[in-house]
Amino acid sequence: MGVADCEHDSPAPVDEVRKLFKNMGMPQGAIEIENLSKEYPYGFLSLKKKKSLEDLTMRVEDGEVFGFLGPNGAGKSTTIKLLMRLIFPTAGTARILGKSIDDVSMHASIGYLPEQPYFYDYLTAYEVLDYFARFHNSKATERAARVEAMLKKVGLDTAKKIQLRKYSKGMLQRVGLAQAILHNPKVVVLDEPMSGLDPVGRREVRDIILELKREGRTVLFSTHVLSDAEMLCDRVGVIVGGKLRGIGAPGELVDIKAQGMEILFELSGAGRNLLLLEKATRTGDRYRVQLPEAELYAALDALKAAGARILSVAQIKPTLEEYFMHLVEADRAQASAVEVSGK
Amino acid sequence: MRNVQAVAANTFREAVRDRVLYNLVFFALMMIGAAILVGQVSIGIERDVIISLGLSAISVIGIFIAIFLGVALVSKEMDKRTLYALLAKPVKRWEFLLGKFVGLVMTLTVNTAAMAAGLYIALWSVNRAWQASDVHILAAVYLILLKLAMIVALALLFSCFTTPFLAILFTAGMYVAGLLAGDLRTVHGVELDPGTLRWMRGISYLLPNFENFNVMGAVVHGRGVPVSLIWQATLYAFLYTAIVLTGAAIVFSRRNLK
Repeated sequence: MGVADCEHDSPAPVDEVRKLFKNMGMPQGAIEIENLSKEYPYGFLSLKKKKSLEDLTMRVEDGEVFGFLGPNGAGKSTTIKLLMRLIFPTAGTARILGKSIDDVSMHASIGYLPEQPYFYDYLTAYEVLDYFARFHNSKATERAARVEAMLKKVGLDTAKKIQLRKYSKGMLQRVGLAQAILHNPKVVVLDEPMSGLDPVGRREVRDIILELKREGRTVLFSTHVLSDAEMLCDRVGVIVGGKLRGIGAPGELVDIKAQGMEILFELSGAGRNLLLLEKATRTGDRYRVQLPEAELYAALDALKAAGARILSVAQIKPTLEEYFMHLVEADRAQASAVEVSGK
Repeated sequence: MRNVQAVAANTFREAVRDRVLYNLVFFALMMIGAAILVGQVSIGIERDVIISLGLSAISVIGIFIAIFLGVALVSKEMDKRTLYALLAKPVKRWEFLLGKFVGLVMTLTVNTAAMAAGLYIALWSVNRAWQASDVHILAAVYLILLKLAMIVALALLFSCFTTPFLAILFTAGMYVAGLLAGDLRTVHGVELDPGTLRWMRGISYLLPNFENFNVMGAVVHGRGVPVSLIWQATLYAFLYTAIVLTGAAIVFSRRNLK
């Protein structure tokens, strides 16, 4: 009782997987995860086990921005903590830049931003970055220049002498980002990097991620803000209930076929007895109507004849959010079915 | 060792900025009060009272800091999750632990040295003269410091696998048991079967034996501290601390952070 868990199972060798990739002529991925699982003991005497992550296998390619999506408690942070060796897997293994995650030297080439980062609040932003830089073999002058540059990059150069205990959540997030990319890592892992940021802060983080991509770095970030993922990611993986449910480019995951057309137009006066208006939603003089693609041209002709001003015509596509919600709801339905059959 | 140095320096800085050394003010006030009081109530034994009081205070204050800060070294980093960003750097977990240990021992060294200086000042203020035997106070202070290093190592070990509250209880328990370790080895006048005696002796060797670190009686009465005792105590403290820290590193190397 009161004794924290210290369980750890020996990971299976991943060399065979690497050999397989090699034999298939596939280049080495920046992050390779193979059958990674994590169980947490709970209950009296910790005899029961809860699966937090189940048989996760995926690759993040070199130089890509990969979004790890999932609702709260889906297993995103667990995966990232396993990669960072903050927790240990029950089964499976992973490699980053070809090195096993058991190899501490691997950390020299990766940067990590924890979820809701906390740092030593008695230090200033400059001191905390200088402290972290000391673990990367840099000389004092080089370190000072790098820290200054990084503070400027995340917009904290004017607040660098203030202790972190006086920082806002957004400012702490920036310190977290700065320490993650301080040493020019090849792989950057960000756990909910937009969390707690205002729109300006989110924009700045997005810009930093895009800049990292331009510099050829690999970025893996977890989020449940789907618009961010759609905007930034080459590929996304969707994890629900500890299992990977889908992986691919955002456009591949959702059915890219248009589900119809949407016309936005302005109409006033005599044209208002148009039949099309029965299907439309109105805001002032503006109307929005959705209709099958086959009816588009006839509708445009009718609108033109009625004197309407066409503002936009757009395809209606399912969003990543709809795809995501579909997976989450399917998972919930499955869970409740299991519960009912269990009763 | 660069990583250990960085963690140690930061641990020391944390202690300074979190005002741990403010306990010195309390110590200073106590010694000033004692010096004034002793001059009025005790005749001829002022020196003994001041040394006895000073060494006891150095030991008690040091033990409090060693237990409470020793337990907080790791548990605070885990609770506040400051450890996450650090362990994602090329830092081995044992380097982090050793750095934390060295940092707190540095803090205790500065603290103990300052209190020892305060003790000498108080001694001067009541006697207005030095005695040759006063130099033995330094040996007593050194042995207290060794004892504190062992307590820090124990606090670190316990905080690596249990809650802070239990770690404090376990460390304090080990300290008290360590004061009695010598008695367990030389039980006389009690009828026990040989098996129980062997078991008690075995346990006593696992406990830290703090008996050899207490030379206050000898120092108070102006007797010297044998150099052989200092060497033995140093070697014992070094070995015991190394074993306990190795145990802590093994436990912590497999610890899942929440």
